[in-house]
Amino acid sequence: MTALLELQNVSRHYGGGLFSRRQVMAVRDVSLRLEQGRPEIFTVVGESGSGKTTLARMILGMVTPSSGAIRFQGTDLSTVHGARARRAFMRKVQPIFQNPFEAFNPMKRVDRYLFATARRMADVTGAAAIAEAADTALKSVGLSLAEVGGRFPHQLSGGQLQRVAIARALIPRPALLVADEPVSMIDASLRASIVNLLRELRDRNGLTIIYITHDLATAYYVSDRIIIMRQGIVVESGEARAVLDNPQHPYSQLLKSAVLSPEVPTGVSHA
Amino acid sequence: MDFLSLLRVNRQFAAGVVLLAVIAGFACLSFFSPYPPNDSFVVPPDVPPSAEYWFGTTSRGQDLFWLLTFAIRNTLLFGIVVAVLSRLLALLIGLVAGYSGGLVDRALMSINDTFIVIPLFPILVLFYFVLKDHMSWSLLALMMACLGWSYDARLIRSVALSLRHREFTETGIFSGMSTRQILVEEHLPYVLPIVFSTTMNNINWSIGLEVTLSVLGFTDINTPTVGVMIYWANQHTALVAGIWWWIFFPVLLVVMTFIGLFLLAVSMNEHIDPRSRLGRSER
Amino acid sequence: MSVLVVEGLRAYYRTSAFGVPRDVRAVDDVSLAVEAGEIYGLAGESSSGKTTLIKTIAAATQPPLEVLAGSVTFNFPSGAIDMQRAGRSQLAAIRWRHLSYIMQGSMSVLNPVRRVHHAFVDFAFRHLGQPMPRFLDTVRAHLQRLQLAPDVLDAFPHQLSGGMRQRVTIALATVCRPEFIIADEPTTALDVVVQKDVLAMIRGIQRELGSSILFVTHDMAVHANLADRLGILYAGRLVEEGRTADIFRAPRHPYTAHLIASLPRLGDTAPKAGLGGVPPNLADPPPGCRFHPRCPRASAICRREVPPLEPVAPGHRVGCFHPEPAP
Repeated sequence: MTALLELQNVSRHYGGGLFSRRQVMAVRDVSLRLEQGRPEIFTVVGESGSGKTTLARMILGMVTPSSGAIRFQGTDLSTVHGARARRAFMRKVQPIFQNPFEAFNPMKRVDRYLFATARRMADVTGAAAIAEAADTALKSVGLSLAEVGGRFPHQLSGGQLQRVAIARALIPRPALLVADEPVSMIDASLRASIVNLLRELRDRNGLTIIYITHDLATAYYVSDRIIIMRQGIVVESGEARAVLDNPQHPYSQLLKSAVLSPEVPTGVSHA
Repeated sequence: MDFLSLLRVNRQFAAGVVLLAVIAGFACLSFFSPYPPNDSFVVPPDVPPSAEYWFGTTSRGQDLFWLLTFAIRNTLLFGIVVAVLSRLLALLIGLVAGYSGGLVDRALMSINDTFIVIPLFPILVLFYFVLKDHMSWSLLALMMACLGWSYDARLIRSVALSLRHREFTETGIFSGMSTRQILVEEHLPYVLPIVFSTTMNNINWSIGLEVTLSVLGFTDINTPTVGVMIYWANQHTALVAGIWWWIFFPVLLVVMTFIGLFLLAVSMNEHIDPRSRLGRSER
Repeated sequence: MSVLVVEGLRAYYRTSAFGVPRDVRAVDDVSLAVEAGEIYGLAGESSSGKTTLIKTIAAATQPPLEVLAGSVTFNFPSGAIDMQRAGRSQLAAIRWRHLSYIMQGSMSVLNPVRRVHHAFVDFAFRHLGQPMPRFLDTVRAHLQRLQLAPDVLDAFPHQLSGGMRQRVTIALATVCRPEFIIADEPTTALDVVVQKDVLAMIRGIQRELGSSILFVTHDMAVHANLADRLGILYAGRLVEEGRTADIFRAPRHPYTAHLIASLPRLGDTAPKAGLGGVPPNLADPPPGCRFHPRCPRASAICRREVPPLEPVAPGHRVGCFHPEPAP
């Protein structure tokens, strides 16, 4: 059965070339496989410089790998050329970016992107039907067109905006969502609801989500499978809770020990 | 709503609008002129400003007031035409170069930089000498438009370059927006403040260049413009002969135009961004 | 005597759009005190007013930010100073020597085109009153005590990693042995592993110098592991304050309770509920208690009156008409 997404020995380097010897390997020989028909939340954990964002951009087709192959539903991404093929691909794979305030043009109203996605990615025609599609998508993330329509990004909170971004990504009924640090720029009190929403999307909508984060706590809370990246290499992978409860690789162990828990350590006297 | 409250609150804007309204109104008076602009000796020459001839008369027997209405109208029209044409060129080249990157960008910028280094004044004088009698205002406007876009195209390109990599451009792409839609709807608002203020500058520049060329006689001196009027004043050694009003009033009006355009450009900038209009976010 | 006393502080951003005045009530009637040698954590999310509060405490206000009421007083061994009334020379004399800052972006403190030792010279030289060779020795000794290699002084900031730069910023802020340090999200942009080291460094230097630290961050886990006392800011007001252990064990304000309950913990998969609603717009905050639109315990009085900060246990103050019950 064709996999939903398959990465085979994917690498990406920057720099190098004819006159420069220095090369940065952002991603080194990464392979993974997500199955069709088996919705899951697949987490990529790494710190800055680990290559997780480059990996995400390659899966989204925004960056081409230097070597290796990425296949989405059997199609090699390097063969996707031309506006029509690109659009067909984008209907099935949608992104959620880290900073919701950057993901929307501050000078434009946010409903615009919802309408554009409905019109061009979901082939909805007619103003009424488009508004309906936008409203349905917004309702599935706990908002509504009445609340959000006509607003500019700075008039909404980070949590609301990120939800609008998720709603927009859901309109074309994608098979895969790639969420790059979706909650790291959102207030802690609003994070849980977004993370819960991701779980719901997996359970209720049957979506597979690639969740990229540096936060082990939310990774533990929400992931099915996990890979831990360091300087472009996958150091550990497996079933999420198993890996995080009992990390084998020294780097994973280091990461886990550095995580601060929101609990006052007992037996420590503060002055 | 916006315009009126802007007038009320922003004094620079109000001053700019007032100045330009006066100039524009003055230019419109040309349609009511009792004298055709090119006729001479229709009134007694060399009369200083008085109740009958508000701006006095010239040595060629023309009523300075009415002549000036034509001159300002032609000068303004010239400036606007040049500005509009060169804005369109600058926008097209700047946005496409910034967004496309790669070879397209390099090719366009090579052309651009070639145009930047062309010395304008000698080229225009050269054109005059080549074309002599075929020199017309439309030709001059076209030439100046073709020479005046390159500096601003680079400015627009740098804004477009930075916008290309912003996340909302990628959201737009994943929303299925076409390149044209992204350039016009997403990027243009960022570029507009630059376009607007460069338009004002461009009008100032083209009027300035026109006046310079005309004063030296390198244009069609039979159509009245501000520069041409000064040319004729110089030909008749107006200042030496004590006919100061022939130089004073054209200069006064063109200075008012410059200042009005400048004030407008400066004051409009902060009001184009809806964030500053609606107030800063308290984040 | 407390090192820092803030009394009834009110600071708004006064702007006008199209002739209509608009006040952003970023800090509204905040009173707190920080004792000598303690780490006071200030917790607040976006639009809580915490950045404005520190700017006001450090007397770094600029129009349109205006202090409308209240006072900020530092009691240093050399004398008390009222920050709102102090003149520029007085402020310059205490800045860095008695009061220093650790900022979030280390690159905004270190000049990218000059070597690191210039930053030390620019900030600290005139305070220490030593001739240059001895001053540099003092700096090197200080760096060594903080386990930083002294040759870091000869590097340019971009040659150091983010964590290294932040450590240099901390060394810079502590070289004059100030009595009070304001730390504004010093570890927020750092990786988890580096964050642990930087926090350890802050704890170490604080213990050695005996300084007080006002540590501002939205990250509750950092507060839990570092702060002695904690103040929770919501919408420009202090809603709860107490010993860190007390607040985490038994938060009394509904906002604090919800906040702490919604944080995911490694090893815990129990479902967490996020806080509904959105943080209020400080230009048009809700009347009465600013948390009432999102509060499950809100009643009529909450919509009308501002709940005062009252002690519910020794050293534990809460501003709520219906605090969570004591455990």
